[in-house]
Amino acid sequence: MNLQNILNEIEKVDAEVYERLDHVSRRHVFQNLMKKAVLGVAPVAFGSILNKAYAQNSAVVEVLNFALTLEYLEAEFYNIGTGRAGFLTGEAMTTFMQIAKHENAHVALLKSALGGAAVAKPNFDFTAKGAFPTVFTSYQTFLAVAQAFEDTGVRAYKGQAGRLIPAPDILTVALQIHSVEALHAAKVRYLNGNKGWIVNSNGFPAAVYAGDDVVVQGGVNLVGLTGLSMERVTEAFDEPLTKEQVLAIVSPFLA
Amino acid sequence: MEKLPNDQTDVRQMLTGRESAALGRRLFMRYIGATAAAGVALSACQNELVDPSARGAARAGDVIDLGDIGYDDIGVLNYAYALEQLEAAFYMQVIMTPYAGMNGYERSVLTEIRDHEIIHRELFKAALGGKAIPGLTPNFSSINFGSRAAVLGVARTFEAVGVSAYNGAGRLLKSADYLTLAGKIVSVEARHTSIISELLNPMTTSFAGDDIVNPGPASGLGEARKPEEVLALVRPFIQETINGRTQPQ
Repeated sequence: MNLQNILNEIEKVDAEVYERLDHVSRRHVFQNLMKKAVLGVAPVAFGSILNKAYAQNSAVVEVLNFALTLEYLEAEFYNIGTGRAGFLTGEAMTTFMQIAKHENAHVALLKSALGGAAVAKPNFDFTAKGAFPTVFTSYQTFLAVAQAFEDTGVRAYKGQAGRLIPAPDILTVALQIHSVEALHAAKVRYLNGNKGWIVNSNGFPAAVYAGDDVVVQGGVNLVGLTGLSMERVTEAFDEPLTKEQVLAIVSPFLA
Repeated sequence: MEKLPNDQTDVRQMLTGRESAALGRRLFMRYIGATAAAGVALSACQNELVDPSARGAARAGDVIDLGDIGYDDIGVLNYAYALEQLEAAFYMQVIMTPYAGMNGYERSVLTEIRDHEIIHRELFKAALGGKAIPGLTPNFSSINFGSRAAVLGVARTFEAVGVSAYNGAGRLLKSADYLTLAGKIVSVEARHTSIISELLNPMTTSFAGDDIVNPGPASGLGEARKPEEVLALVRPFIQETINGRTQPQ
């Protein structure tokens, strides 16, 4: 269902919705918003943009290869999970097919951007050296690992953003991937019975959530400023992870 | 449509008085609690969501200048502050006049999102200090707050537009610290988008739907919008006219 369909659905539920408006033009304004929202995904010549920029800066290549490694991990994980006969069904299959589509697209995008500089796909061990022996036989284990990967991905991209300031086109693409990882993370958390947002530094494995319980942002203690709880304040921000922290999280999954 | 209690003017005066932000909010929450059962009363309350602790409230018809978005980090922060004001006001209205059939889970999710947006708004206001734009006046007259489909549909759009705004604005920031701060917020806005999508279109791909994530085989990218595109989208929902100067991207 796209946003224009949603608007039509609103009209079905509330036939008078437009009659409540002061001006007929409001309808056009609202439809315009929906239309633009739908069309907001702009086509970009990714490969050429990235190729042009990365050649100027080895730090950019390093960041993109770091990102590519994480995307390889996620893509293969979901490809195996969704490909295993009878393992995922119904809502789980719908969800993880959509996520797998995006992770495979991220791999293809980053590989095309990096060209000959792209790292090769590592071999993975999704049991994490035996820590998760049921990762592809127990849905709960699969969900737990998926949540860890997605929340790590969100925090990992965030940690690299500052290094991409010299390459604004690549920074924008990285942010566009980052926000999609967050869409995934929230849905996987929901399937896992959790809130869509991270409370304090709660979650498993602990390293994925370490340091997410920050209440001071921009030098301001937001619990003190707003009178809202620590839980609510920490939910409102996702903290970055350093590259070293991310590698420590994912290294058990490298075969 | 039922009317709000007669004491609304008094409450509003309290809110716009000299109380601290926290006290003002506490009173406001008590007010919400008292009126939650009143049902939908759009015309009566839509102009009362000006941030009670904002540095000077703007007036309908005013022109608010965000400054040099694209040249100056202050302009970008004020741009974000404007968007967070709008989102916070929207969810305050949603919780104040809940749509028909809002269940406990939905109320808790929407209340948490409201609080996140208030926290974001307060952060930007504090960070900007004397350079902050005034409190804005929302115009939600085109939104039927009594309809679940309408509210969740608009919420999903606001969140998706918010994400695209942050994605598009990252490159305009000169300070790495501000970029990181924006990054901490945008992913939470994306989490909101996902969970609201699940409420609206459960058990589908809507949480990361092809309408908000490019489904191309070498893409998988979320939306990114330039400030002028975002301002054009949100202008109908704000009584003041918001302008800002941007450079071509």
